[in-house]
Amino acid sequence: MVEVTLWGSLGAAAGGKSKIEIEAKDIRELFRKLAEQYPGLEPYINRGIAVAIDGTIYRDTWSKELPQGAEIFLLPRLVGG
Amino acid sequence: MNFDPRYSTRNFTSVGTRPIRPDGVDKVTGRARYGADFNMAGQLVGRVLRSPHAHAVIRKIDTSKAEKLTGVKAVITAADLPDLTDGDAAMYDILDNCMARKTAFYDGHAVAAVAAVDARTARQALKLIEVDYEVLPHVTDVDEAMKHSAPVLNDTIFTEGLEEKPAKPSNVTKRSQYGHGDVHEGFAQADYIVERSYRTEQTHQGYIEPHACVASVSSDGTADLWVCTQGHFVYRQHCAQLLGMDVSKLRVTSSEIGGGFGGKTHVWAEPVALALSRKAGRPVKLVMTREEVFRASGPTSATSIDVRIGARKDGTIAAAEATLRYSCGPYAGMWAELGAMTAFACYKLENVKTVGYEVLVNRPKTAAYRAPSAPMAAFAVESAVDELAKEVGMDPVEFRIRNAAQEGTRSSYGPVYGPIGIGPTLEAAKNHPHMKAPLGKNQGRGMACGFWFNFGGQTCTDLNIGMDGSVSLAVGTVDVGGSRASLSLVAAEELGIAYEQVKAVVADTSSLGYNDMTDGSRGTFSSSMATISAARNAIKILRERAAQTWDIPVDDVVWEKGHAIAKGDKYGNLAALSLKEIAAASGKTGGPIAGHSELVADGAGVSFATHICDIEVDPETGATRVVRYTVVQDAGKAVHPTYVEGQYQGGAAQGIGWALNEEYIYGKDGRLQNPGFLDYRIPVCSDLPMIDTQILEIPNPNHPYGVRGVGETSIVPPLAAIANAVSNAAGVRMTHIPMSPPRILAAIEAEQAG
Repeated sequence: MVEVTLWGSLGAAAGGKSKIEIEAKDIRELFRKLAEQYPGLEPYINRGIAVAIDGTIYRDTWSKELPQGAEIFLLPRLVGG
Repeated sequence: MNFDPRYSTRNFTSVGTRPIRPDGVDKVTGRARYGADFNMAGQLVGRVLRSPHAHAVIRKIDTSKAEKLTGVKAVITAADLPDLTDGDAAMYDILDNCMARKTAFYDGHAVAAVAAVDARTARQALKLIEVDYEVLPHVTDVDEAMKHSAPVLNDTIFTEGLEEKPAKPSNVTKRSQYGHGDVHEGFAQADYIVERSYRTEQTHQGYIEPHACVASVSSDGTADLWVCTQGHFVYRQHCAQLLGMDVSKLRVTSSEIGGGFGGKTHVWAEPVALALSRKAGRPVKLVMTREEVFRASGPTSATSIDVRIGARKDGTIAAAEATLRYSCGPYAGMWAELGAMTAFACYKLENVKTVGYEVLVNRPKTAAYRAPSAPMAAFAVESAVDELAKEVGMDPVEFRIRNAAQEGTRSSYGPVYGPIGIGPTLEAAKNHPHMKAPLGKNQGRGMACGFWFNFGGQTCTDLNIGMDGSVSLAVGTVDVGGSRASLSLVAAEELGIAYEQVKAVVADTSSLGYNDMTDGSRGTFSSSMATISAARNAIKILRERAAQTWDIPVDDVVWEKGHAIAKGDKYGNLAALSLKEIAAASGKTGGPIAGHSELVADGAGVSFATHICDIEVDPETGATRVVRYTVVQDAGKAVHPTYVEGQYQGGAAQGIGWALNEEYIYGKDGRLQNPGFLDYRIPVCSDLPMIDTQILEIPNPNHPYGVRGVGETSIVPPLAAIANAVSNAAGVRMTHIPMSPPRILAAIEAEQAG
């Protein structure tokens, strides 16, 4: 079980929750279960969500494991110049 | 892909040296081929007709007269680029921006295009196209566009991110919010509070090379595109999707690039050129004029930002909040959101709140510009921080050090930081000789910090070893800042050979797997990781070939300094085999030797910088002179220090132009008044001092050599550092960028008038 923190606007799409506890071993499973349990999040996941694990931001490595006790923070997928 | 990207300490041989860049001779002799330098037999000239109105419904377009003109081979409108985006809103916006469908949303919006045998005929044909416009009210100012009375650009947009869906459409596409703690409680603890509003005007990336491409669509449906871009694989995806093609049937070759800075990260004219070529049955060359570049491509947001920061007597920040309004052009974006995320990222804050509003205006589609949105937010926040330090009675550097984020700090955008470099850049700035140098009459010193995320992405690289032992490195990230030199150094380092033995090229889209574009400061970070991986795969094969030659187990062969060595006393008589020797025998040991890598380079690591500058202000005219400028930034590991310094200097130079001169000026008619370098003044050599740099190397734990991206962060602090310097020199707080002479003079006169 990991605790996932949602950024402000994303929380509104998850029924006003800012933190969600979920059983997921990696980012792929996290997104799948989030979409199942909170359908309002699916458009955001499709649009792109980055996952910060203990402060390091992952945009595409969906196989990245979510260690127990790690801080998992969802962020919008960033753009750059 | 099984590649361990974790950092480990090592002694470098090639990495960290400063060899001459492989593309240098061609660039200084004029042999290098940029977007407009490519030609094909039988090619036509493409030209685009653009809206003269800031906002207008396109009632009808009559192209019949243009089509009848001798020498015209194709005329297209939005009807030739049907909507194939299948609900992909972002791609639909790109399509509509390439060619307006029902509404022209800004002065310069493309409405039709022609392909003709020469430029004169193409221009004549444009004059023969009749467009029936219904002119609508327009709005170009970000604050005006938020008012209820403003003309609404898109009546299907209802502000996202509010607790309740609004009843009416508006120009505010989204509200975003970040922060933690309780700012009301925090401000109640503050002994000093600074509160101000700031504005920054819209600027262009100012790349010297205009958008240019040559498109050739064959009658069998396959196509070639030669183009100036930051990401030819991304352009292939965009063009294939917009034209309904298989990506494998469109080969895109990237030219040399004369600057991009985020402005060449999505398509503008390329689908138009392909559609023209498809219709004409001949290649089409389409090159934007400078006026078109300004009117129809790339600008960053104009902004309006309110900041409030409170501090206790001991100099710790008690609370900070900001409201950021960013213009997006006519299409939704996440520009204010990026400002809201980055605004206070340098600081350790118990109570922080930022709110961003994305605002539609009748200006060109906002594009990324080097650490997009962060420079404007930093300008507002770092200006207020400077004032607050004075209120508290602390030196501005000491005040920032007192409040700097560190490992374990919860960032203002959410996650807790790992190891970061803001503290070391501030300490380095504090101890830099620049901070102690005397100032002359009418001169002021300013400093500021900046933050940017950086990221990696999908990356694919091939490393081929020739039979003479020379190495070809094929990468898919466009070289915008010397990455071919840096990646050659990395290949040489890993293989244990000389830099001169490696030749890096940017491969076309049919020769290599998909690569994300060169943005997010990812070029050297990502492709060096893929190059290390590819080189290690090649070394595995080199060891196998040596083992085969010696008829010993491969596990007994190690790779050291460019040689295969049989380890153990039992092999004492075996002379080491060089890469060259193994390559020469490769035809008889299993064939060509190559290493391949495909990976997602994540974990780029956030980046911080601190800038110091001295500015002289003429109190009679408001004119400014940059007297001295210093950049301190963490590079993780500088692969080619000269090009790292170049990135630092380039960001500072662009920031100087942004801070002091550059701005889009719109008339009351909503038309751009200064679409050219005479009236939109970017800095030239004579405007700039030698920009001093100090590279810090705090290894990124998520890269084998510790590399971080360096391309973007250097443009984040300049607006604020210069504003603080000008304010100190002029004796009046400057709150509006650019600080052009009339604005400075007006501020001085207002201050004197009390």
